[in-house]
Amino acid sequence: MSHSLEPAAAPRPPWWRDRRVMPWLVQAFVGLVILVVIAFLLGNLVRNLTAAGLLLSWRWLGQPAGFDLSESVLPFNAEMPYWRGLLAGLVNTLRAVGFGLVGATLLGTLLGMASFSSNGLLRRLAAVYVEVIRNIPLLLQLVFWYFVVFLSLPNGTEALQFPGVVLAKSGFYGAGFEAGWHWQGPHLVNGVWQAPLRLSVEFTALLTGLVAYTGAFIAEVVRGGIAAVPKGQWEAAASLGLHWATTLRRVVLPQALRVIIPGLNSQYISLAKNSSLAVAVGYTDLYSVAETTLNQTGRAVEVIVLLLGAYLVLDLLISALMNGLNGLVQIRER
Amino acid sequence: MTLSLPQRLKRELAATPLDGAVSAVLIVAITAAAIGFLGWAFGRAQWLVIQANGTLLAVGRYPVEQQWRLWLLVGLLAAATGLGWGLLRGRRWPFNDRLASVLLVALGLWAPAALGLSLPLQVRWWAITALLLGLRWAFGRWGAAGLARLHPRVRRLLPLGFPLLYLIGLWLIAGGLGLGSVAPSEWGGLLLTLLMASLAMLLSFPLGVLLALGRRSELPLLRWGSVLYIEFIRGAPLITLLFLGQNILGFLLPGGLAPDRVWRAAAVLTLFCAAYLAEAVRSGLAAVPRGQVEAARSLGLSVPQTLGAVVLPQALRTALPTMVGQFISLLQDTTLLSLIGLLDLLGMARSVMANPAYLGKNAEVYLTLAVLFWCCCAALGLGSRALERRLDTTRPA
Repeated sequence: MSHSLEPAAAPRPPWWRDRRVMPWLVQAFVGLVILVVIAFLLGNLVRNLTAAGLLLSWRWLGQPAGFDLSESVLPFNAEMPYWRGLLAGLVNTLRAVGFGLVGATLLGTLLGMASFSSNGLLRRLAAVYVEVIRNIPLLLQLVFWYFVVFLSLPNGTEALQFPGVVLAKSGFYGAGFEAGWHWQGPHLVNGVWQAPLRLSVEFTALLTGLVAYTGAFIAEVVRGGIAAVPKGQWEAAASLGLHWATTLRRVVLPQALRVIIPGLNSQYISLAKNSSLAVAVGYTDLYSVAETTLNQTGRAVEVIVLLLGAYLVLDLLISALMNGLNGLVQIRER
Repeated sequence: MTLSLPQRLKRELAATPLDGAVSAVLIVAITAAAIGFLGWAFGRAQWLVIQANGTLLAVGRYPVEQQWRLWLLVGLLAAATGLGWGLLRGRRWPFNDRLASVLLVALGLWAPAALGLSLPLQVRWWAITALLLGLRWAFGRWGAAGLARLHPRVRRLLPLGFPLLYLIGLWLIAGGLGLGSVAPSEWGGLLLTLLMASLAMLLSFPLGVLLALGRRSELPLLRWGSVLYIEFIRGAPLITLLFLGQNILGFLLPGGLAPDRVWRAAAVLTLFCAAYLAEAVRSGLAAVPRGQVEAARSLGLSVPQTLGAVVLPQALRTALPTMVGQFISLLQDTTLLSLIGLLDLLGMARSVMANPAYLGKNAEVYLTLAVLFWCCCAALGLGSRALERRLDTTRPA
């Protein structure tokens, strides 16, 4: 009597437990649902837009805008076309984001380092700052800076004056080089401040709010990064006779950066997105121009596609830059 | 080694001469700021704007004759809080509980008086505070014994009281089913803020979990669909999405079916929050060791069973801090509703300040709002840390 060496054929599992069948059925079902929903929404969109006479078209972009921007880096006036206005808004957004990134990084790094200070008061102050800022909505902070702080500043001779810098209700004035490379500080001309570097009060309020808010988050990122460096590294550097500052610069920061940069990336992106709150303080950024454009033309779909696309590209740009930077600071292994 | 107070102070404030100098400058600056602020708050500030508009800031233009429904809701919430608190703590009154009770009593006695409410309204707040603390005491003392007498099956149903209470709350606020309906456009202030935040939190949670599972799924269609959705939402500022909700949602639905602006905003907040929650849950899922899934599968658990009984409980516990952080920022993000013309807390505040009688009272109003938001967000953060400790299985109970 010979026993078969092959195991008895197991009974086939029912089809709903078959791992070759089920996944495809699930996907087919989900795909069908998604398709039906999209078809339903798009069908409605086309029908409603046709009824409203607003079928997709980009020709309106070339028509004169008819509105002015209170502030624009790109020269802009009401006779220029809509696309030029949106571009000017984009440039204004980029300006706010650029200044904001630099300011928030500086503030965040200082605060993050302060939380490792040997001074207990400074450490606690940094912690309190972070706790206060993170638990108050950014929009509230922005309107606070604008309406409560900056709009209550005096003008003229009573404005807040620091060496090289003047803060007045009409804006921020900073010293700089004027034509012919001569250094020029803020000065009064007929009761109005003049200076090489002039920022509007709206922009100053937006920038202050964004920097103060994002700085608190960056401080946490920096703190986490420095804390991730083992204590032995500090001790080893100290036993080699390195100064505290040298240790931080040559030993700790290069290691901390590997942890910090991915965290910075997401903070930078959220700063870029948060800059759209500029509309609350009257700074004419991309979102604010888009809103005006939509109200004038009624071209909801086109405006929103442009708006979302612009922010998406901005995010991707920041991500790409930061990923490149991240590649530079990673440990290179053989 | 214990240090005396002067020694400790020296080490903390003046370990080196430079530290000493920094401390001196900081102390002078902090004192000056504190004196300036207190001088303003108790001298020049005019808090009448808050007193006179307390009701507007709290519930917006909710019809006065229907406000008893909101009082009832606050009473129910206080009762549920006292009940749960008592059952959780039992007879013990640890330091935290005593502190919280004192704070509650102080707040219940001081806040209504400070707001200059009429006596009947003040009495209502006293009654609500008394109800909360009374139930805390009563259920702490006898709740456990009463609970033990209940049938286990009934006992397991008890937590369902909270979702039920939420639904009752919605019914009380919106009306219908016998109650006169109050249109969403009449909700406002803190009521609208809390309602929107809680609704979006509750609805976005299941959606976020599904999206996270989809993103980690091996099925390409689910994975790419989830990735596309999550990255699209995360790439756009919330204000543009709210703007989209107000301007395009109407076009996407058959004519006349577009919901009220409040519901549209709630839908956008939910869809927005779900994408961020999905990322939080995904990091939690990634932290569950592969062996857990393999062990569950080899025990013969089906995929849904594995997820529900093994993977998700661990993943959600890991993701809890991030998720609460997300909820906190959602609560803060509700202020953006004021930019699309809804009268949430910030929107209501701005409309109050547009009243010529209160022109220029920005500082008082914004500061009150900031304190309110700070307290809510800090409380959520504290709660999350407490829950984290409670769920921490590595710590001896």
